[in-house]
Amino acid sequence: MSTLPLIAHRTLDAIVAWRHCAPVSARQFLSEVDYVVSLLPQGRHVLNLCSDRYRFAVSLAACIVSGRVSLLPSTHTAETVRQMQRISPDVFCITDQANSSAYLPTFRYPESVPAAAANPAIPAIECDQVIAEVFTSGSSGLPVPHTKRWGSLVKNARAEAERLGVNTTHAILGTVPPQHMYGLESTVLMPWQSGAALHAGHPFYPADICAQLAELPRPRMLVTTPFHLRTLLTDQATLPAVDQLLSATAPLSQTLACEAEARFGAPLHEIYGCTEAGQIASRRTAVDIEWQTLPNVVLDRDTETLWAVGGHIDAPTPLSDVIELLGDGPKWTHFLLLGRHADLVNIAGKRTSLAYLNHQLNAIPGVLDGVFLQPERVHAEDIGRLTALVVAPSLTPAALIQALRECIDPTFLPRPLLFVDTLPRNATGKLPEQMARNLLASLQAPPTNRVLS
Amino acid sequence: MSEANPELQNEVAGLIVSALNLDVSPEEIPADTPLYGDGLGLDSIDILEVALVVSKRYGFQLRADNADNVKIFSSLASLTQHIAANKTK
Repeated sequence: MSTLPLIAHRTLDAIVAWRHCAPVSARQFLSEVDYVVSLLPQGRHVLNLCSDRYRFAVSLAACIVSGRVSLLPSTHTAETVRQMQRISPDVFCITDQANSSAYLPTFRYPESVPAAAANPAIPAIECDQVIAEVFTSGSSGLPVPHTKRWGSLVKNARAEAERLGVNTTHAILGTVPPQHMYGLESTVLMPWQSGAALHAGHPFYPADICAQLAELPRPRMLVTTPFHLRTLLTDQATLPAVDQLLSATAPLSQTLACEAEARFGAPLHEIYGCTEAGQIASRRTAVDIEWQTLPNVVLDRDTETLWAVGGHIDAPTPLSDVIELLGDGPKWTHFLLLGRHADLVNIAGKRTSLAYLNHQLNAIPGVLDGVFLQPERVHAEDIGRLTALVVAPSLTPAALIQALRECIDPTFLPRPLLFVDTLPRNATGKLPEQMARNLLASLQAPPTNRVLS
Repeated sequence: MSEANPELQNEVAGLIVSALNLDVSPEEIPADTPLYGDGLGLDSIDILEVALVVSKRYGFQLRADNADNVKIFSSLASLTQHIAANKTK
């Protein structure tokens, strides 16, 4: 059985993390992992809610070495947590917050940990071991699991590090949470597997991002999104020097990429991927809008479908985005991304599908019919909010919003939410998108997007 | 929470409404209900947009230890107090 090590740091003195301006050695990290393993309750499935990225990493490692599986749903609404419990009745959550609001058996991350052991071993993990189940929003309203195994995750992280030139000298700060794939891959697994150090913070405001960047030794890297990048560049007159920028979750405009490169004085790379296949390709947007597949990954095409194959991708995975292959086949390594799959909703890095949202909306008692609409063409870094048209004569807007809040992430709440008498369905009961858009356009009423409760 | 500075509070409410295109008037935002979640329903993207406007208008930058921002955004009154205590213009 082949194995790969938990971390690629070469000595026990190597720095795995920066926390409160102090380095954490591999020795400390591994000792803390062992300690947390000894405290974990029964249960094989875990919702890791730690907001401190270092504690998230220790908890994840503790789950891995003890054979537990991390569940990564796309949101943490009350409904999602209930669904996780239905899928895995033994699930418990790990939190570092005093007042966790997850309605689950809860393990509090220990406030103090014993002194580091002298010579903790770096665990070797079997490549076949299931590390995580990542959930996408299924059209039936039920989350669909995607199994992530250790070997594939490690190969992905190493391919990403190789492409970006990240090595043992780097320190990495992320503005994205580690509970989603991009944050997990780029701010936890890539540091682990390249021997780099992760910053424990999860800065939010532009000023915090700058301050926490400045705490790190160079070379340092910022892992972020188009939305955070735009706010950072708009808000901050001076930016700390950075050696590498990474953006993902939504395509970045070349204009913003050039501005970011000029003002940070660092190359900016974008990563393209999907939940099913992991990371697929990268580009340096300021220089070239063509995507290049990660080492050993190629795109393959049969009559109908485009597949991502090779490298860390265990089994050929179909891609549903609109992609133009460049150059000659039969295996492609360069392409243009023309659009995301029409059903996929992505707002500031949070993902769901229209089918899922429509299912949730129509499942609310009192809703006779309803549909979510994506905003038409928005600028890459702008946040395009969703609109919903709903037939629900017995409900007040406030009641409907409250019911939606129970089951969908606040990011996807409709703005505006418009009440109509009926939806323009055709004879077969289908709702042509253009008909819905026409109805929307005809409703010149001011948006009723916020409801005070 | 006292309404120590009603003028500033109205101004802040107006900034929030215009920054986020809310369909409520500034006076309709209650002083003491959460801006987040169940109250006004702002999410973290909104909070960041508000932070940008606040830094432009009042000349100081919002800071937080983590992404929660629970305290400052717990109500219009607390956000106003925070601005009153930190504004440079």
